Amino acid sequence: MEITGAQALIESLKKEGVEVIFGYPGGTVLPIYDVLYNEKAIRHILTRHEQGAAHAADGYARVTGKVGVCLATSGPGATNLTTGIATAYMDSIPLVAITGQVPTALIGRDSFQEADVTGITQPITKHNYLVKTAEDIPRVIKEAFHIARSGRPGPVVVDIAKDAQVKKFKFKYPDKIDLPGYKPTLKGHPRQIKAAAKMISLSKRPVIYAGGGILSANAAKELLAFAEKLNIPVTTTMMGLGAFPDTHSLALHMLGMHGTAYANYAVQECDLLIAVGARFDDRVTGHLPTFAPKAKHIHIDIDPAEIGKNVRADVPIVGDAKQTLKDLLEKVKSAGGTEKGKHEAWLKQIEEWKNKYPLTYKKEKSLKPQYIVEMINEITKGRAIICTEVGQNQMWAAQYFKYDNPRSFVSSGGLGTMGYGFPAAIGAQIGRPDAIVFDIAGDGSIQMNMQEMTTAVNNKLPIKIVVLNNCFLGMVRQWQELLYDKRYSATNLCNNPDLVKVARAYGAEAMRITKPEEVKKALLEALKIKDRPVLLDFVVHKEENVFPFVPPGQAINEMLID
Amino acid sequence: MRHTISVIVENKPGVLHRVSGLFSRRGFNIESLAVGTTDKPNVSRMTIVVEGDEQTLEQIIKQLYKQIDVLRVFDLPHAESFERELALIKVHANEKTRPEITQIAEICSARIVDVADDSLMIEISAEKEKVENIQKLLDKFGIQELVRTGKIALQRGSNS
Ligand SMILES: Cc1ncc(C[n+]2csc(CCOP(=O)(O)OP(=O)(O)O)c2C)c(N)n1
Repeated sequence: MEITGAQALIESLKKEGVEVIFGYPGGTVLPIYDVLYNEKAIRHILTRHEQGAAHAADGYARVTGKVGVCLATSGPGATNLTTGIATAYMDSIPLVAITGQVPTALIGRDSFQEADVTGITQPITKHNYLVKTAEDIPRVIKEAFHIARSGRPGPVVVDIAKDAQVKKFKFKYPDKIDLPGYKPTLKGHPRQIKAAAKMISLSKRPVIYAGGGILSANAAKELLAFAEKLNIPVTTTMMGLGAFPDTHSLALHMLGMHGTAYANYAVQECDLLIAVGARFDDRVTGHLPTFAPKAKHIHIDIDPAEIGKNVRADVPIVGDAKQTLKDLLEKVKSAGGTEKGKHEAWLKQIEEWKNKYPLTYKKEKSLKPQYIVEMINEITKGRAIICTEVGQNQMWAAQYFKYDNPRSFVSSGGLGTMGYGFPAAIGAQIGRPDAIVFDIAGDGSIQMNMQEMTTAVNNKLPIKIVVLNNCFLGMVRQWQELLYDKRYSATNLCNNPDLVKVARAYGAEAMRITKPEEVKKALLEALKIKDRPVLLDFVVHKEENVFPFVPPGQAINEMLID
Repeated sequence: MRHTISVIVENKPGVLHRVSGLFSRRGFNIESLAVGTTDKPNVSRMTIVVEGDEQTLEQIIKQLYKQIDVLRVFDLPHAESFERELALIKVHANEKTRPEITQIAEICSARIVDVADDSLMIEISAEKEKVENIQKLLDKFGIQELVRTGKIALQRGSNS
């Protein structure tokens, strides 16, 4: 039977197991929306901005591990997706973004709502396609999902000309993929694994530095087994939060610019750094030449280009984190490197640092943002999905909630996109209807995608939006305070609207909290609301800073503690 | 260090943009780039001359491999490769200078491919240095126009 390109697209998405699409219609995707009109197997979530759709698909992907899908029209629809695509690209999130394109006969003529979408998204996608014939749709969708989810995951854009959506052809979904130029290496090289095992056996002060790659490889269990068996402390990047239980005695928590003092000290003093699924980002390493100066490096990553990009590895291992950690542990075990009591002195040193430099803040009478995050942790017993915006709110959310579970921290790490958290929370709540989902936000960031409140209300999503309202673009203000002589240029948000009223206007629940003693009650109240979002406007201490803080360009042990 | 790399790509739309875009956004310096089809109709070969140390070269090769349409990448060691550039040089000539120019062309194994009243066009296919050499020799007669291809190269022997 012959079907249209648009029908073929939806059939192909179903073959890939797609259950939800986040999107926004327009002229060049009308044929696709027409098919969605009576489609039962795929739910379409109408956002209020294409950026919201991209972030929602990304949030959905992060919490479920599935490929997120978003859909937008040509021109402005597609360009509105780009911030979301770039966000997913920087954090290696599997996403398929489908865009309509003007009919092939009009391409290249500056037609109405034409934009060179493959050109624009080329540097921010793992791969992209311009589809000009209906017959290509099944193959391209098959490839797009394969590329998005395998190897180092990432976003793929599929730009489909309108005439290709309309044309009829005989649909058949391919069962094989033919991509001769794309063959990710999953299994680490035995010789390198052997060399790494030897290095681990000889090490006296090892540290595991785990990144988001652990989560994309679903390797948290393997990491835990590896660390416990070999008695090696673990620090995670922000992207790696949840990859190793924060409440574990071997946890050093986050490292880097706003990492714990003990994590940074441990990295600077270690004799072996085992990087797994992490990419030595400048927010992690600080001044690169002084990073982990005493350490040999084992670098495990599925992306060969990450190895040696910023830091030279003594033992590079290209492979999937899950498989490689298993293989490596086996190798160390068979070499007899697992006696209990190993690294006793090292762990004692770390314990001392932990006691001497705990993560802490000045507890004052005023309402402290850190306290709010601590209370969220307490009342949810650490079992919630925490989405964040960007800035101080993000760092406090990273520092003061205890992440024990993979895929429970959802935040824009690489791109640092303000306005990410709320739409991502929408995607997260749709992907995990059972979970308690928070968006920890700043009063600046929340206004960047506030329009999605409608999406949350319409879909009865009980997201808890916690605004740490400091009337400032707090993180920028902090830099201005510490590095620009308190010249608060363009960071004062004292003319914000009343966020409680705004939320209510959208049909959400809202409360304002001004005192520490009201925090717990308000949060418990919020947890009771199951059928709509609730915005909690916490009027917090205005000029609170995030500590530790490693000023840019400094070594990570040269941090300001308070 | 200057490196010559061969990039074998699938002949898909946008592949040149992908490769050149990668160089510019990662800050790798392209000195020259030549593209053309190969014996297989769906496969093209790009020959790219880049400037960079060993670590940069390694990154370039790895980043190129990340492109889905890139099939193979190899660094062509200067000593083991056969390298060519093509140049067309239109040089000012009159009765007096024509013999001298013809002689230079001959010595440099170049060919005269077009003769006009006041100019000669010379074609040379050679290694970069030789192309630059003839250019220098012809300079004094007044070069009117000049076009050079990027370098193309193949590894000698059977293993490329
Ligand atoms: C889209 C975007 N624009 C600008 C920035 C730069 N930026 C980083 S943090 C920050 C301030 C965030 O303020 P707010 O959301 O109020 O959070 P706070 O730091 O006060 O918790 C800004 C402007 C950014 N990260 N993203």
